[in-house]
Amino acid sequence: MSDSSQAEPLVPELTRDVVLKVARLARLHLAESEVESFTSQLTQILDYVGVLDEADTEGVEPVAGAMGLNSVLREDLPTTSLSRDDALSGAPHHDGSYFLVPPILDPRAE
Amino acid sequence: MATALESSATLLDQLTDGQTTSLRLTQDCLDRIAAHDTAIGAFLHVDSEPALAAAAAIDRRREAGEPLGLLAGLPVAVKDVLATRGQPTTCASRMLQGWVPPYDAHVVERLRRADAVLIGKTNMDEFAMGSTTENSAFGPTRTPWRLDCAAGGSSGGSAAAVAAGMAPLAVGSDTGGSIRQPASFCGVVGLKPTYGRVSRYGLVAFASSLDQVGPFSGDVRGAALLLEVLADHDPRDATCADEPVPAYRDQLERPLDALRVGICRDHFTEGLDKDVDEAVEAAIDVYRRLGAEIHDIQLPHARFAVACYYLVAPSEASSNLARYDGVHYGARSDDYDGLVDMYCRSRGEAFGAEVKRRIMLGTYALSAGYYDAFYLKAQKVRRLIQQDYQQAFTSVDVIASPVAPTPAIPLGSLVSDPLQMYLADTYTISANLAGLPGLSLPAGFSDDGRPIGLQLLAPPFQESRLLQAAAMHERETQWHLRRPPLAEDSS
Amino acid sequence: MTAPCSPATTIIGLEVHVQLLTETKIFCGCLNRFNPEEPNVQTCPVCLGLPGALPVMNRRALELAIRAGLALSGTIAGTTKWDRKQYYYPDLPKAYQISQFDLPFCDGGWMDVDDADDGDETQASRIRLIRVHLEEDAGKNLHDETQRGRDSRIDLNRAGTPLLEIVSEPDLRSAAQSRRYLEEMRLLMVYLGVSDCNMQEGSLRCDANINLELVNDDGVAIRTPIVEIKNLNSFRGVEAALEYEIGRQRQEFAECGGVYADSEKQTRGWDADRGVTFAQRGKEDAADYRYFPDPDLVPVQIAAEWIEELRTGLCELPAARRQRLVDDLKLSRYDASVIIDQGRDLADYFEAVAQRCGDPKRAANWVTQDVLRELNDRGQAIGDFAIDADGLAAILARIASGDLTTRSAREVFTALLDDDPEGEQVTVEARIDEIISDRGLATIADSGALEPLIDAVIERNPQAAADFRGGKQAAIGKLIGEVMREAKGADPQSVRAALIERLSS
Repeated sequence: MSDSSQAEPLVPELTRDVVLKVARLARLHLAESEVESFTSQLTQILDYVGVLDEADTEGVEPVAGAMGLNSVLREDLPTTSLSRDDALSGAPHHDGSYFLVPPILDPRAE
Repeated sequence: MATALESSATLLDQLTDGQTTSLRLTQDCLDRIAAHDTAIGAFLHVDSEPALAAAAAIDRRREAGEPLGLLAGLPVAVKDVLATRGQPTTCASRMLQGWVPPYDAHVVERLRRADAVLIGKTNMDEFAMGSTTENSAFGPTRTPWRLDCAAGGSSGGSAAAVAAGMAPLAVGSDTGGSIRQPASFCGVVGLKPTYGRVSRYGLVAFASSLDQVGPFSGDVRGAALLLEVLADHDPRDATCADEPVPAYRDQLERPLDALRVGICRDHFTEGLDKDVDEAVEAAIDVYRRLGAEIHDIQLPHARFAVACYYLVAPSEASSNLARYDGVHYGARSDDYDGLVDMYCRSRGEAFGAEVKRRIMLGTYALSAGYYDAFYLKAQKVRRLIQQDYQQAFTSVDVIASPVAPTPAIPLGSLVSDPLQMYLADTYTISANLAGLPGLSLPAGFSDDGRPIGLQLLAPPFQESRLLQAAAMHERETQWHLRRPPLAEDSS
Repeated sequence: MTAPCSPATTIIGLEVHVQLLTETKIFCGCLNRFNPEEPNVQTCPVCLGLPGALPVMNRRALELAIRAGLALSGTIAGTTKWDRKQYYYPDLPKAYQISQFDLPFCDGGWMDVDDADDGDETQASRIRLIRVHLEEDAGKNLHDETQRGRDSRIDLNRAGTPLLEIVSEPDLRSAAQSRRYLEEMRLLMVYLGVSDCNMQEGSLRCDANINLELVNDDGVAIRTPIVEIKNLNSFRGVEAALEYEIGRQRQEFAECGGVYADSEKQTRGWDADRGVTFAQRGKEDAADYRYFPDPDLVPVQIAAEWIEELRTGLCELPAARRQRLVDDLKLSRYDASVIIDQGRDLADYFEAVAQRCGDPKRAANWVTQDVLRELNDRGQAIGDFAIDADGLAAILARIASGDLTTRSAREVFTALLDDDPEGEQVTVEARIDEIISDRGLATIADSGALEPLIDAVIERNPQAAADFRGGKQAAIGKLIGEVMREAKGADPQSVRAALIERLSS
């Protein structure tokens, strides 16, 4: 997928800063204790999955799709939509017509 | 009096004969839940009134001579990971506490059409991530055999409900062993079908390429019955196979001629509990006595399975669980500063530790620069694991192994050591990585009375073979007839 | 400080988003319909991203996409797949967009864009495409305009609309050319029936990447940092935003002398009201989309037979048709473009008229002038025009045969337009006869019928007659005018000839 043919070191060091960056990417606010425990636990887990380095995957096609299925397409036929009330029913905040979120200040800001 | 401790076949006979009614059976289940579930913690939501109403309606239709579906009034418990219209669906997470889906999962529609009585939603590890049901935000599920021990997970509630006679049948989901392992811990039959055999539409996704819905039952016949209801081709799930569904029950009594059972010696090494080892060896002896050939097989890449799984599953999970951001459904924090902080706090507050851990792991594994080294590498190793099984199944019909390294473990024993918890999945996850059907059936007990399961695996879409092989074992043993002391006390 | 002098090269690449004209959304059966008046009524578990819901690919969306890819001369992939592009935004309910990353359904391709606006010697530039891929559109965020910090509102009717993304190479060299590229793209997509490309409704949108190559004081060529301008939703906006950005980048270059503190790609928005671009996202928040194959969808094999079937079914494309009008029908490049750029229906109309009246040049004059003027005035589409191709061809045929003068033909044309559509139904030929007869528009062809009129006019205008005879050629105009006024159907050439003959005798 990625164009980097140069594989990164398989188990890069997982620092506290990396954990915070990943948490930001995952939109997870972590308590200080979680930052600490995740740093050590994830390091341990990544260390363990390093065993995959020992598997020779030269020329092996990655698994993609389910059990060899392909080209599952549906016809362009309408089905019944939900009522607006049903669509909004689970929203923590809505005005009866729209979902509501805190103001988006910077359009498309990631 | 008929109770849900009877087999589903017996109950269906009694319903047909008029010896009991769906209403009485449903009431009995509700009574047992009321009596024992405070101790066991199998249910997150008991749908008493609608269940009784549905049971009464089915009884009326039966009296009127109307045709009824395959489940014809049998109560069924459903893991809380399946969307049920009008009933809460929480995935045992504070994130979805109070969420009532506006739609039914495909399998829930199938159950309703088969005239099942949907009795309630069962407990689980949060978003199906875990092996003990201790990751439920609403308290753990205990195995009815030993209340200080876990029911297993993630479908612990469904397994325990069946074991305790709170429902004769239950539905679970299995991403890395989440049906088979709790079935083993609770002494019931649990089957994970081939990937694509059962629709995932409405199954709240944990790891999309591994998740599969399957049945729990006290015996093999019940599992076959429920699988007949669950399995079909659903055009709403692009990964659901368009394969005919055999009448699984019709084949059950027929023993498999010249059955070849594969054993992988690597499965019987240090770390495997002595009682489990003995029970599995005894089960293999049963097959040997029945005339089966026992073959050693090689699964050279099996040692990579846990590592492979713990990259693929968290990667997919990190993406599948991104949608819980406090906007369209689910929990929103009360205290935030702006949109991004709203996301971060809502997710940080409402997800439990294991879910966050896996989201972190998966986000990291997919992040820029690491995709090739982690996710792509794991998907290649996964291909090698699949090929191992393809090769093995050229010489054997089923593969037998332990389900878990130990019987039910004491609550709290592994929660602080995630890696050790993951390693305990070693016997079950390969079936998910390879998409194979797998089944756990009662095969004995530890010295202190905890049930032990035997796992059987078969090639894709050979659930019939799996069930036939399991039925051969079941006819020769009495393990499935034992009842947990708790349940027997009240009946 | 003075701005650096030329040579400067402008480097522009466009990412064009085109909503496809399917009945339903790309991954579910909700209607694909622009409907801002009723927010959140075209949603279901799938496009709301509800837990447990799953996408299934719409065959028609893929078919339309392949048609577009073929028309753009791209290579259709034998195997394609869908990937998740992950980012958080309230209009994206799953927090990922199903898109295509490394195996788009269409690779490469190109489109030719005319460089100049008129003249027969038009040069075209070939704009190469990097790729075309298919993805789902997001919903719509409505921001609070009052600046009072009120909540933003989210409408998911649009979420899951099939969207084509057409990514060009950075081959465009000016704002005006970029606009023409976009106009030609719109024309092509509408021609193909792939999209309605309604820019007001957002079914054609565009992001532009632009930078400049400028020479600094030391004579070294330096490229300015690439700027991506997001969400341009009008032709004028594209041109104006790019013009503004060219100026801004030149200015910035002049100020920093080509030494940039930050050479990362920058994202800017376009404020159409103020006519400026403005900085959006800084690099500290650079996107990491964590693409990976969507495990809910399976790869699609696109059969070679299907591709061929779609290729064979393609209509004649605008560029080829424009060329044919020039080559075969001998239209000017300008006329051909005016006709083709109006869309397929008008071009069909023109060709029908040209064929039936037998005079493409005359047909082109009438269609580009009279017909387009009337359509404009009436705000009509050609499909609603009161005079169909048969009607106009019948009028033009009568000019060609000499039965109508051009002026009388215009009167017939206007009369036909004013006909009550509910009125009595007769054939258009009969109706034209009727108008000619009612209004006395028949050409007075034989000079015999003209003679008494000519004599009378000469008698009434002795001075003019004398002036003409005396060598004042212009004097005849007055006489022709009077004859024409009296003889409505007369052909001015015949009148002129008859007058000269009479005055010279």
